[in-house]
Amino acid sequence: MKRVFGDRKTIIILLAPTLVIYVLLKLVPVLWSLGLSFFEGNTLRGFEFVGISNFTKFFSDPAAMQSLWVSVIFAVLATAGQIVLGYLLALLYVFVLRKGSAFVRTAVFFPMVLPTVAVALLFRSLVSVGSNQGPVNAVINVFGGHSIEFLASTVGTMGVALAMTYWSSMGFYAVLLYTGLLDIPDEIIESARLDGANGVRLVRHIVIPLSLPILISSIIFSFNSTLKVFDSLLALNNGGPGTSTSPLTLYMYRTAFEYSQYGYGSTIALVLTLLCLVFTLAVFRSSTRKADA
Amino acid sequence: MTAAQTLVQGRAESRTRDVRARRSPLQQALRVIRRLPVWILVAMLLVIVLYPQLWVVLGSFKSQTEFLSNPTWALPQGWDFSNYVQAFTRGNVAVNYRNSLLVTIPSVALILFLGVAAGYALEIMVWRGRNATLLLILGGIMVPGQMILVPLFTTYFHFGITDTPWPMIITYTVMGIPLTTFLMAAYFRTVPREIFEAVTVDGCGPLRAFFLIGMPLMRNAILTVALVQFFSVWNDLLIALTFTTKPSLATIQVGLLSLNDEYGSTQYGPLFAAISINIVVLGIIFLFLNKKIMAGLAAGSLKG
Repeated sequence: MKRVFGDRKTIIILLAPTLVIYVLLKLVPVLWSLGLSFFEGNTLRGFEFVGISNFTKFFSDPAAMQSLWVSVIFAVLATAGQIVLGYLLALLYVFVLRKGSAFVRTAVFFPMVLPTVAVALLFRSLVSVGSNQGPVNAVINVFGGHSIEFLASTVGTMGVALAMTYWSSMGFYAVLLYTGLLDIPDEIIESARLDGANGVRLVRHIVIPLSLPILISSIIFSFNSTLKVFDSLLALNNGGPGTSTSPLTLYMYRTAFEYSQYGYGSTIALVLTLLCLVFTLAVFRSSTRKADA
Repeated sequence: MTAAQTLVQGRAESRTRDVRARRSPLQQALRVIRRLPVWILVAMLLVIVLYPQLWVVLGSFKSQTEFLSNPTWALPQGWDFSNYVQAFTRGNVAVNYRNSLLVTIPSVALILFLGVAAGYALEIMVWRGRNATLLLILGGIMVPGQMILVPLFTTYFHFGITDTPWPMIITYTVMGIPLTTFLMAAYFRTVPREIFEAVTVDGCGPLRAFFLIGMPLMRNAILTVALVQFFSVWNDLLIALTFTTKPSLATIQVGLLSLNDEYGSTQYGPLFAAISINIVVLGIIFLFLNKKIMAGLAAGSLKG
C-alpha cells in the first residue's frame, strides 16, 4: 500500500506544476524584492547598490512615517471595531435571535462580497455635500446640524473609511465568531445560568473565555488584512486630503510604480511584511502565554 | 448525561410546554413588549445595512436634475435606464466586465486545478518532506502582494507581455495557490484513507484514483474554494491597477475608479449605475449561493 501512494511519477505530475510556479513566481520574487531593498533605481535607469541607506531613508522620511502611522492606526481601530461589532452581532444571533437569525445573518453578511472600490464610492456619495448632498448630511440637517464635509479633513476621511470597513465586514466577523459560539456546549451555559450568572457576567466569565481561540484567530486575521488596507483609502479619497490618509501600501505603490523607485518601494514592502509577521507572532505568543497561566 | 439528569430536564421541558400552552393573552402581550427592544435593534441594523444599497440602486434611475433638485431620499420619478446606457457606452463598463471575466475565469480555473492536485499530492500521497513542503507553501499566505509586485512587473516587462491580460492571470494564480493548496490538503485529510486504499487494491493507480475518486469526492470543497477565490480575484484592485497598462485592459474595479475620476463630481448617474450593477449582479449570486459563500469565506480566514 505504501508503495502505491509513494509513487514518484504521480507525485511529480500532481505537485510539480504548483511547486514550480510557486517557487519561480513567489519565493524567487520575495528574495529578489529583499535584495532590491538594498539597491536604488529601476529597470530602465539601472540599479545601484546603496547598502542600508533605503532603510535609514525610510525612518527619516516624513511621508513614510506618516503612511506607517496611517496603516497602524487604521489597522488597530478597524480590528477593534470589526471584532467588537462582530462579537456583539454573534451574541445577538446565538442568544437573542437563536434559530430565527438566518435571515439577519445572511443580510448583514452580504456587503462583504461587494468590491471594496464600489463600497468606497458608495460611502463617498453617502457623505457628500453640496448640490448633491448625501443622506448622512441630510439626516444631520434634519436634527438641526450643519452639513459636514467629511472628506475635507484627515479625521473625517479616516472616520468614513472605518465606518465603511465596519459596514462591509462586521457581518463576516459575526458569522466567523457565531460558528465559534455555537461550539460552546449548551450544558455549560445552562449550568452557569443555574449558578446565577446572567447577561454581562455570563458573557464575561463564561462565553468569552470559551470562545477565546476563535477570537484570537479572528483578531490575527483582521489585523493582517486591515494592515494591508489599500482599495478603501485609495477609492474613498485618493489617500487625501493631500497624502494624509495614504497607507503604507499606497505609498509603496506610488513610490514603485509612479516614481519608479523600485529599490525604495521594495524597502517599504518589506517593512509592511515584517509588520504583519511581528504582530501575528506577538498576538500568538501572548495568547499562548495566557492559555498557560 | 445520566438518566436522572435527562429525567429532570425532560420534566422541566414538559413543564414549560404546559405553561406555553396555557399562556393568557396578557402574558403574550407582555412577551411581545419584552421582545420589542430586540426588534427595534434588528430593524435598525437592517436599515443600516440595506438602506445604502437601496439608495444607490434607486439613485441609478434618477436624472441629473433630480439629483440636483430633489432631496436625496426621494424616489426616482421613473425607471429611466439612460444612466446605464451611458455607463455602458461612454464609461466602458461593458469592456470592464469582459476584462474581469477574461481574467477571473482562467485565474480561478488554474488556481483550482493546481491547488487540488497539490493538495492531493501533499495529503494522500506518502513521501518524505511533504510536511515541510506544505509548510513552505503555507508561508506564502503571510506575504503581502506588495512584496512580489516589483520583481513580477520587471519579469513581465522583460517578456513583453505587459500589454496583455496575462500578467494579471499569472499573478492572481500565484497569489491564490497557497491558500487553495492548504485548504484542499485540509479537506483531503477529512476523507478516510481507506477509500483511496480500497480503489488501489482493485488495481487503480494513484493518479487515476485522483481523477476517479479524489476530484468527485471534493466537489463540494472545490466549489467552496472556487467561490473564495472568485471573490478575491473579482474584487481585487491592487494587482489589477498595477498591471493595467492601458485603459482597454481595465477590470471592473479599475474601471470604477476611472469612472469616478471622470464623472464622480459632475454627473452622478453613470457612477451610481456602475455601482448598482455590482450590487445587483453579486446580490443575485449571493442569493443562490450564500450558505456556500459564507462557509467558504469563514473557512478561508480561520485556516489561513
